[in-house]
Amino acid sequence: MNQLISLDVNGERRELWISVHKTLLEVLREDLRLTGTKHGCELGECGTCTVLIDGQPVLSCLILPVELEGHRILTVEGLAQNGRPHPLQSAFAELGAAQCGYCTPGILVSAKSLLDRTPQPDARLIREALAGNLCRCTGYSKIIEAVELAAARMAAEALEQV
Amino acid sequence: MSSNDRLKVVGKSWTKVDGMAKVKGETVFADDLFLPRMLFCKILRSEHPHALIKHVDVRPALERPGVVAAITGQDLSIKFGILPVSQDEEALCVEKVRMVGDPVAAVAALDEESAEAALEDILVEYEPLPPIMSIEEALEEQAVQIHEYAQEGNIHKLVSLEFGDVEAGFASADHIREDLFYYEGSNHLPMEQHAAVAQYGADGRLTLWSSTQTPHYVHRALAKVLELPASRIRVIATPVGGGFGGKTDPFAHEIVVGKLAMLTGRPVKATLTREEVFYAHRGRHPVLMWVKTGMTRDGSITAMHFRSYLDGGAYGSYGVASTYYTGALQTITYPIQHYKFEGLRVFTNKPPCGPKRGHGTPQPRFAVEVQLDKLAEDLDLDPAELRLRHLMPPKSKSVNHLTITSIGLRECLEKVVEASGFLQRRGKLPPGKGLGLACGAYLSGAGLPVYWNKMPHSGVQIKIDRGGGVTVFCGSIDIGQGSNSVLAAIVAEELGIRMGRVIVVTADTDLTPVDLGSYSSRVTLMTGNAAIAAAKPLREMILAAAGEQLELTPDALGMAEDRVFLTEDPAQGLSFDEAVQLAEAKFGTLGSVGSYTPPRRGGPYKGSGVGPSPAYSYTACVAEVTCDLETGQYRVDKLWLAHDVGRAINPRLVIGQIEGSAYMGLGEAMMEEQVFRRGLHKIPSMLDYKSPTTLETPEIETFLIETLDPEGPYGAKEAGQGPLLPVAPALANAVYNATGVRVDEVPITPQKVLKGLQEKARGEPARVGPRRAPTVEFPDPIRVSPPEEVPAA
Repeated sequence: MNQLISLDVNGERRELWISVHKTLLEVLREDLRLTGTKHGCELGECGTCTVLIDGQPVLSCLILPVELEGHRILTVEGLAQNGRPHPLQSAFAELGAAQCGYCTPGILVSAKSLLDRTPQPDARLIREALAGNLCRCTGYSKIIEAVELAAARMAAEALEQV
Repeated sequence: MSSNDRLKVVGKSWTKVDGMAKVKGETVFADDLFLPRMLFCKILRSEHPHALIKHVDVRPALERPGVVAAITGQDLSIKFGILPVSQDEEALCVEKVRMVGDPVAAVAALDEESAEAALEDILVEYEPLPPIMSIEEALEEQAVQIHEYAQEGNIHKLVSLEFGDVEAGFASADHIREDLFYYEGSNHLPMEQHAAVAQYGADGRLTLWSSTQTPHYVHRALAKVLELPASRIRVIATPVGGGFGGKTDPFAHEIVVGKLAMLTGRPVKATLTREEVFYAHRGRHPVLMWVKTGMTRDGSITAMHFRSYLDGGAYGSYGVASTYYTGALQTITYPIQHYKFEGLRVFTNKPPCGPKRGHGTPQPRFAVEVQLDKLAEDLDLDPAELRLRHLMPPKSKSVNHLTITSIGLRECLEKVVEASGFLQRRGKLPPGKGLGLACGAYLSGAGLPVYWNKMPHSGVQIKIDRGGGVTVFCGSIDIGQGSNSVLAAIVAEELGIRMGRVIVVTADTDLTPVDLGSYSSRVTLMTGNAAIAAAKPLREMILAAAGEQLELTPDALGMAEDRVFLTEDPAQGLSFDEAVQLAEAKFGTLGSVGSYTPPRRGGPYKGSGVGPSPAYSYTACVAEVTCDLETGQYRVDKLWLAHDVGRAINPRLVIGQIEGSAYMGLGEAMMEEQVFRRGLHKIPSMLDYKSPTTLETPEIETFLIETLDPEGPYGAKEAGQGPLLPVAPALANAVYNATGVRVDEVPITPQKVLKGLQEKARGEPARVGPRRAPTVEFPDPIRVSPPEEVPAA
């Protein structure tokens, strides 16, 4: 069964005529061609397909777009603002926190959600926030360092703006 | 370049060339490709571990709306495989299936759902055969053969080599131990599932985009099975979303989409599900090992006799090489005077095993390093001291004829011992806490390619645009380790330019010279050397043209930071752009090629092709654990690793490789295992197949040791695999130190620790591990005289 739905993706309103049983992951990748969001299992086990719904990390392989009208969806493509990368993106690139880069989009949005809620998390809190995102390349060390670096830079920037 | 301070790019921690694309989600992986008119492929896989195929009928599938094509083994009957000696795979099985998950038929449809539904329409009639599920069953079963080409029964490979005279070596020992160890099989578990897209153009050429570590070998397999000249096939390796050895074979789905694209004239994509990856991938071999080692009172090894038994699964894959690897690198850390290796690989009706990070060497390294810990205790020696006293020297040869150029293992050991407080703290920690130590060594690329030839292992081509852009072409594929960036950095260093000028074009058989692939930790050393060779003539041309302009000889000039300058007066000179234009005017269009072939260093015996490498990396690791003595639960508090990388082309990336290796080794050591029941994978999902999350992964403190190896580019050796090796034995030794329980097998689960603790409480020997090895008649060994200059133990 197809249905016309309206989604807010990265601040853009998208009207789509889609099968109601399609997952958000499928709609993002196949209908909207937002292939930045990846998949590792499509069973809700690996965290790779994480996106933010109203700021909360959600596994896009487990949620249906028909449930998401009126909610804000953020994917990795929506992290940069006005062509300027999010501090998390810069820190991940600089520190080599993205090796193969396949889990990176999911980890970046999970980390953004954490920093939006807790701007100065300690390493323990970062580890807890990212415990649902598997990464097989890095051993997580550089990822945790990059989140810390981004948090520090964002705090410094916020201070400058006061 | 000799001194570090002259280097402008090499040795610095720059951002990877593809770093920003990856964090922005711009990197296009294989499954991200959507081509016009593209069809989706699904593969029907066997539900039987071992059966004859009596009949396959795809006609009902073709009647389903949306289905465009369907094929069977009859359409793809030519066998392939990564090694010339093991051409035993079929893209779709023809007469027989050998494991659950074996591909039987394939469908291409307008959408994925229709393709998946159509698989259920396909009729397959099987005649089940007795499945062979273990090494013991493989040795017992003679009547039923999984492969008719097996050496005998279901034995794929038997190896027997003796270097020197082990019996004489044991006779001169003060102390001898025999131990059994077991290392469980595991999955690479890359986050990206395997995916491939094929397109057959109107020009009669086939293009395959695939998530592969070895586009060159895929190119060869496609040409063979599809019966197309290689010149009509283009293989493009897309950025690999995690490899670790799991994307190093040519795979059935790559050939299947090629065939379907040729039949339909439309692009066809196949992306494996996670469950399919658990069957298709070529994971770590489960290996049972028996080790007998003789030592003098001061800890020098007089003799070692090592036997390994590999459960190979349903196909050959890299298995012959894996078998030799379980016996090859034991000898290059500590001098062994006499050494005997016997290896066995059997076929079983389970997914085939192949190379996973460390390929065939983590298993024997686990056995050797845990046994050394036991020997140290037997002889009342400190395990660090025992190792430090008996290290292979640089510029030496091992008993099995492997040439060691540089070895920084002493520095590695000293670093981790000091940083962890190993000597002061071990034995004085509270109950349940312990420290363990182990070492390892690995190849910087295999000395031989997988098929016999005398051509280079890596080729690099460089083109300089008159606008000053430098494009580097190389067949190597970046699998996340940063090989594209290393290539760019080396060319930038050689030409005295900033990295931002370098455009990297890799892993495209139409555009790039052959590089054998991202396996055996070969890329930095081999493509690095090829890149230096390619850059050298361009450097000379640019300096000659600039010298002419400046009325100086080229040797009075230097190149750095986008300039050609007078070495006497660096403020004087030309911009790189000016110099390039002068060079183009003088010499014509600027381009060059360079290649690298490793030195031939095999010993004088059959089987000596596995083990030689231009240079070996070395690692030492200390693990600290805290165990709950009531439950057997334990936590790894910290790992210290020191790695002799020769030279770090980019220290931050090298540290990333070490951390990643340590994590992966720890996953295998603590929890990862492939478990089958009647041929069915019991846990083919990322939830049930346990791997470490952020919460189980400890802090990892890393030290880089730079020995400047004479064979490596700027002295560089490998970093991507070696650091995995010492982690499992260091953990086992730490658990023993903490609990008094010897877990002589991997993974070291809390249940096993608890079992040992219960044995200990009953006053029994607290040891968990294999109790017996199967009876195998190994052939008489090939007897090899050790090289004359083997160092004294």
